[in-house]
Amino acid sequence: MSDPRTPAVELRTLHVSWADAPGIWGFLTTVDHKRIAARYILTVVLLLFLAGMLALDMRLQLAMPDMERMTPQLYNESFSLHGSTMLFLVSVPVMEAMAIWLVPLMLGQRALAFPRLAAFSYWLYLGGVLMLWVPHAFGITPDLGWFEYPPLSGPAYSPGHRADIWAQMITFTEVAALAASVNIAATVLKMRSPGMTLARIPLFVWAMFLASLMTIFALPAVMMVTSMLIADRLVSTQFFAAAAGGDPILFQHLFWWFGHPEVYIIFLPAAGFVSVIVETFSRRTLFGHAAVVLSMLAIAALAFGLWVHHMFAVGLPRLGNDFYTAASMAVALPAGVQIFCWIATLASGRPRFDTPLLWVLAFIVTFVIGGLSGIMTASAPLDQQVTDTYFVVAHFHYVLVGGAMFPLFGAFTYWYPKATGRMMSELWGKISFWLIVGGFNLGFFPMHILGLQGMPRRIYTYSEGMGWGPLNMVASIGSAIAVAGGVLFVANAAWSYFRGRAAGPNPWGGSTLEWAAPSPPPQHNFDAMPVVDSLTPLWTQKQELAVMTGLAVDRREVLVTSVVEATPEYRQKSPPPSIAPLLAAIAVTILFVGSIFTPWALVWGAVPVAIGLTLWFWPQRERSTTGPLRARNR
Amino acid sequence: MTLRRLALLPGVLALSACEGGFQSPLAPAGEQAASIHSLFWLMMAVCGFMYLLVLAGLGIGLLRARRRRSETGEPSINPADRGLTRGLVAWAALIVVGLAVLITGSFLVERTIAGARARDALEVRVTGHQWWWRIQYRDPATGAWIETANELHLPLGQTTRIALGSSDVIHSFWVPNIAQKLDLIPGRINRVDLTPTRAGWFRGQCAEFCGVQHAHMALDVKVDTPEEFARWLASQRRPATPPADPAAARGLQLVTRGQCAMCHAIRGTQAVGRAGPDLTHFGGRRSVAAGTLTMSRGAVQGWITQPQAVKPGTMMPPVALSPADADAVSRYLMDLK
Ligand SMILES: [Cu+2]
Repeated sequence: MSDPRTPAVELRTLHVSWADAPGIWGFLTTVDHKRIAARYILTVVLLLFLAGMLALDMRLQLAMPDMERMTPQLYNESFSLHGSTMLFLVSVPVMEAMAIWLVPLMLGQRALAFPRLAAFSYWLYLGGVLMLWVPHAFGITPDLGWFEYPPLSGPAYSPGHRADIWAQMITFTEVAALAASVNIAATVLKMRSPGMTLARIPLFVWAMFLASLMTIFALPAVMMVTSMLIADRLVSTQFFAAAAGGDPILFQHLFWWFGHPEVYIIFLPAAGFVSVIVETFSRRTLFGHAAVVLSMLAIAALAFGLWVHHMFAVGLPRLGNDFYTAASMAVALPAGVQIFCWIATLASGRPRFDTPLLWVLAFIVTFVIGGLSGIMTASAPLDQQVTDTYFVVAHFHYVLVGGAMFPLFGAFTYWYPKATGRMMSELWGKISFWLIVGGFNLGFFPMHILGLQGMPRRIYTYSEGMGWGPLNMVASIGSAIAVAGGVLFVANAAWSYFRGRAAGPNPWGGSTLEWAAPSPPPQHNFDAMPVVDSLTPLWTQKQELAVMTGLAVDRREVLVTSVVEATPEYRQKSPPPSIAPLLAAIAVTILFVGSIFTPWALVWGAVPVAIGLTLWFWPQRERSTTGPLRARNR
Repeated sequence: MTLRRLALLPGVLALSACEGGFQSPLAPAGEQAASIHSLFWLMMAVCGFMYLLVLAGLGIGLLRARRRRSETGEPSINPADRGLTRGLVAWAALIVVGLAVLITGSFLVERTIAGARARDALEVRVTGHQWWWRIQYRDPATGAWIETANELHLPLGQTTRIALGSSDVIHSFWVPNIAQKLDLIPGRINRVDLTPTRAGWFRGQCAEFCGVQHAHMALDVKVDTPEEFARWLASQRRPATPPADPAAARGLQLVTRGQCAMCHAIRGTQAVGRAGPDLTHFGGRRSVAAGTLTMSRGAVQGWITQPQAVKPGTMMPPVALSPADADAVSRYLMDLK
């Protein structure tokens, strides 16, 4: 690079190097983390709508005793599809989508560590979505809930392909989640901007890093268990058949060994959102940053030691149950510490009550109820009364909606201007906020009481004599209000996309690096790579951010830094767009769909997968140029 | 925030005011349910207190912060937070104390439930089926097993130890007024103790999703005085008495010669099927089809001729009978007291 080039020319070259191909080809081949994340989020919004409609349908059926709107079969299909969609296709993927969008920006980078892997994750995830919802259109929906316990899901009691669809859908959408997690973890470890030591990592990035590690540890268990189930069904392995020496409880142990950490895999990113929003809107650095990080670590570790509290009614040894009672309740300590830190930050700051902060306040008020009812279900004897009742239904909706969805709505509103360049309407934001939060509490609080009045979950009808009618009616009305609020929220986002007020780079006065990029960010994110010397660079580095120069502009190049101190190590070529991730994902989808019908699909299906992967990794003849890296204060 | 707290108030009031029905852990009628019920109120007290503290902290904090509010202010970076740090330590200590109380309480209740086991407990076997309950009593006199279905009688003030098993999928045995639930798992035997403290009718329901008719897998539970119970058990021990009424006698013939006998047993007749509930004293029970219909001749007739309309998906096949035959069968079954 001896020829002298003007900054304007350099910038134009940079844009060209990172640009996607135009049109549909660009759409199919892009590896831009922002475009991939946007797709994820749009898919999730669609699924939220569909699963919400299912929920509303079920609430209509339960609104009054002895209703005959739905057959029991249809009701069972509805809650199975609702639960499987929300847990496997919405909650975890949406957090990963937010991370795929945010992490490189928050780290001051131009791309993820493995851009093609991110594209592959999305396409594979889309395959899973289609695999669950397309059969629904043809009336072969899984009908055994979101944790299909054998032997009910085994070949003897579930003939046909409903349970196969469920099991294979889980196995391979979890491949997508695993790929996304590896990508995020690697990006956080090796691709932070120079100067971003471990202590200067933004809290959301910490949360996502821990959630990704948890995913990497937890998901193999569920992929294993669904594979065992499908083996039982397809090739009669009898893992879970008691009569043949198998054990149905083995399924539950493996399933919950994943299933419990999953709750925290969803909650930790939400806690990350809350920390970031609280800091920005309190106009002060977060109180107890280290305490919050340590709490997250503690939660991530504890999450693996308490799966048995989902199995207190199974009849395991009582002393074992007492151990898991103590372990489960212990989570209240780190969670309580986090709540304290957020409230303390608000109380000692100068809070501005914009919509994102309102979501955080609703989160605190709602999530703590879910946490406290969690302490109650963590007690082995009490749980043996309330488990599998509406008390538990209320509890986990308080945790998942109050604890994860409310922060997510806040985060969506908060980063919307960064992603689109426009603000969401505050007025409509507040109206949808009150509808969702009010409707949710009206809808789900009565379920605690219903559970204590003995109403089991997953029943499609009840008789008038049970006395559950009035509260069910209240619950149904509340749910309808919340769904209306959700529709309004999406409408606001769509309207603001075209008509919203222009945002500028940093409309909320945020402190982290993504606010240094233009809104919306160009494909290469930052024209020059930022260098940081604090946890809140945009607040502390009052003049313009220091930047690092020396990265090539005539090709896609990213900076790899050291794990602890984030000192620059080397420059690396970032893979260009490719069709291979899409082809590989299609091949894997065909393999898994085929395996529902014949085990041989695992054999012949491997050929197209191998072709897709070969294309993906086909070596490109291009030598890495090396040049000096320079930090520069502008 | 005050608005939100007000919104919660009716819920809290409803909770404290609401009365548990005949299928509710809130109205304990058994020693096991009663000790869990007291644990529940201990938890409500501790958790309620913690929740109020959080709300108060949030409310006071926001009100104080509001006064400090200024739009132009620079963000403050790492302010000295010594007071808050002390508060955090105190809060963490409070949580630890609260958890210690709850874990201890939970542990003690668990011991109490385990300790209720009397050595001379009445032995009962309950087996889950899609979607009904097989119930067998160990005859104290002969040691033989006496079989019935879907209606469990318990002696007041005595401990009954129930051995739980399943013939097909996982179910869960739950009579919330009397004791906590416990799963019925194929290939395993779980044991639960029930010590009723109040006589009367209660209701139990399968609590683990077990297929299409999970909603209609209920169990009638009657707590009798020990004398009543002894009398009831003696009556169950006897085989069915042959009908006197000619219509009912025709019913007997239809039942034993027809398709009914392939699945149902009526002791004292040629019907010895095992796939469905034992019908020996069917007419003396309170409900039809595992709590789905109240016992009446019309209900029995409707159930026999159109079970899929009453309980869609049930294993009971429809029985094609002329109106007169249906009437005879229902008369006979109602006479089986
Ligand atoms: Cu059942």
